[in-house]
Amino acid sequence: MDFYFFLIQVLNGVQYGLLLFLVASGLTLIFGIMGIINLAHGSFYMLGAYLAWSLAQYTGSLTAAIALGVVLTIALGIALEQVLFRHLYARDHLYQVLLTYGLILVFDELRSMIWGDDVHGVAVPALLAFSIPLTENLSYPFYRLAMSAVCLVIAGALWLLIRHTRLGMMIRAGASNREMVQALGINIRLVYTVVFALGVALAGFAGMLAAPVSSVFPSMGGQVLIISFVVVVIGGIGSVWGALAAALLIGMADTFGKVLVPEVSAAIVYLVMAAVLLWRPEGLFKR
Amino acid sequence: MNRRRSDIALAAALLALALFPLAGSTFYLQLVTKIMAMAIFAMSLDLLVGYTGLVSLGHAAFFGIAGYTLALLSPQYEAANLWTTLPAAMAACAMFALVTGALVLRTSGIYFIMVTLAFAQMAYFVFHDTALGGGSDGIYIYVKPEMKLAGRTLLDLGDLGQFYDLVLILMTAVYLFLRRLLGSPFGRALAGIRANEQRMRSLGFPTFRYKLAAYVIAGALAGISGYLAALQFGFVNPEILSWHNSGIVLMMVILGGMGTLHGAIIGAFALVLLQEVLANQAWFGEAAKHWQLAMGVLIVLVALFLPRGLAGLGARPRKASADGR
Repeated sequence: MDFYFFLIQVLNGVQYGLLLFLVASGLTLIFGIMGIINLAHGSFYMLGAYLAWSLAQYTGSLTAAIALGVVLTIALGIALEQVLFRHLYARDHLYQVLLTYGLILVFDELRSMIWGDDVHGVAVPALLAFSIPLTENLSYPFYRLAMSAVCLVIAGALWLLIRHTRLGMMIRAGASNREMVQALGINIRLVYTVVFALGVALAGFAGMLAAPVSSVFPSMGGQVLIISFVVVVIGGIGSVWGALAAALLIGMADTFGKVLVPEVSAAIVYLVMAAVLLWRPEGLFKR
Repeated sequence: MNRRRSDIALAAALLALALFPLAGSTFYLQLVTKIMAMAIFAMSLDLLVGYTGLVSLGHAAFFGIAGYTLALLSPQYEAANLWTTLPAAMAACAMFALVTGALVLRTSGIYFIMVTLAFAQMAYFVFHDTALGGGSDGIYIYVKPEMKLAGRTLLDLGDLGQFYDLVLILMTAVYLFLRRLLGSPFGRALAGIRANEQRMRSLGFPTFRYKLAAYVIAGALAGISGYLAALQFGFVNPEILSWHNSGIVLMMVILGGMGTLHGAIIGAFALVLLQEVLANQAWFGEAAKHWQLAMGVLIVLVALFLPRGLAGLGARPRKASADGR
């Protein structure tokens, strides 16, 4: 394996890992703070991708589509939390699992009714649609680099939000002791609404970013859901930084697994997860 | 519902199922056979989820391993022997449960959900990516196994009605076995572990061994359902081990009502029949194409408004007991 080939794999691994981080960070926040096992998280990723595709056709620009799409996913998150999830906080986690399983069916069917079951390609914005040449016959698409950069910016913004704002303080406090936070006069319900909407928007945004790279297809939600759960669990539930580290680990393991041992590449991710959990039963970055 | 009334309701339901072949067409006979096999699957998972407090999202591994055991042990053009292949399938599942259980039971809560998923996914990829079980195409079972006693055929499993009887008998047997097991001191210990594992440990119960035993029993029983499904459909492919299958059986248990064995049976019937009804073009015309939407909405409504699942519908509200049942 020569250097440039290796470099491309590393870039791919990082890019895939950072994308997983966007999905998994929302999942881990929603579970860590609200205690909800959200099976519908993959559906939000899928909805994001389909929104990007269809809005890009209306507006003629992927950037405008993403801006509009983010607003819509935030609205969806707020609506779902207010109408459905709010009533289940006090119940057994498994009823939330049942609820979110029902939501998967609903979103899948709505997607099929609105947009059909076809695979669609999404064009990369013209400004970013070029490749950086590495050697005579190897080059790297710039859009993927831009994607990684955007993901890193979001990770940084999340860090600022959680560590250095009043809202972040409430989120951290809510995660460690819900009753105490309430007793101190903080509106924990509002925090829940914000966290849920944030999680939905992050998953949707990840789908929008990924649309030009992975194309848009019906089963994309289910695929990303399971792998994001793997990331969340390896990282340690509720830990955003754990999710970042685990996402990069899984991104690398998956990318290099496909290159080095293609026969068993699909199982590698799960092998890594089983190994990590047997070594540290509560993830790498237990809170 | 008190015990006596629920027993009467249950006996009536079983009688209705036993008489059903007299009335049902071939299509419905096959459908109910499939559902009863799924009910065994759901009851075996209920032993873990509802009674021991272990939520597994990898239960399809057992279902698939049993199916593949039958497929791999069946000679290509001759009938396999039910008396050897069924125990072999259950033993294979029990072995898998013993080995993976010793590892997964080190974790708990959502971590347990995910590690069981991880092992099931690994089993999935073993069958999907290696030549062992015919890769992603799977294997056909051309000849149904024989069920003979002293040279005479006890039940002809190629015959729809007789196979139906076998599945009904096995479902009833599994139900009675689990009820007996859960009423025994072993079952009471599992309930204790579910309520408060630490206290059970301080009382001197080796809780890890109890949980492992429950895991192995649940795996072996799930093997019965996987065996029956493979026998019914005549082929196996990796999809029977996929996480979707694990998810669906978990939904059956939650929908029916956790920790009530008959709830698992109700859940299996409800989920499959609901799909059949909602997808019925004769009743719903064009809207039947969108059955998933109606099903999803109904599941959401159950989650919101039926805190004890469908099995809780007929029951009077009870005071919460120590073990939550």
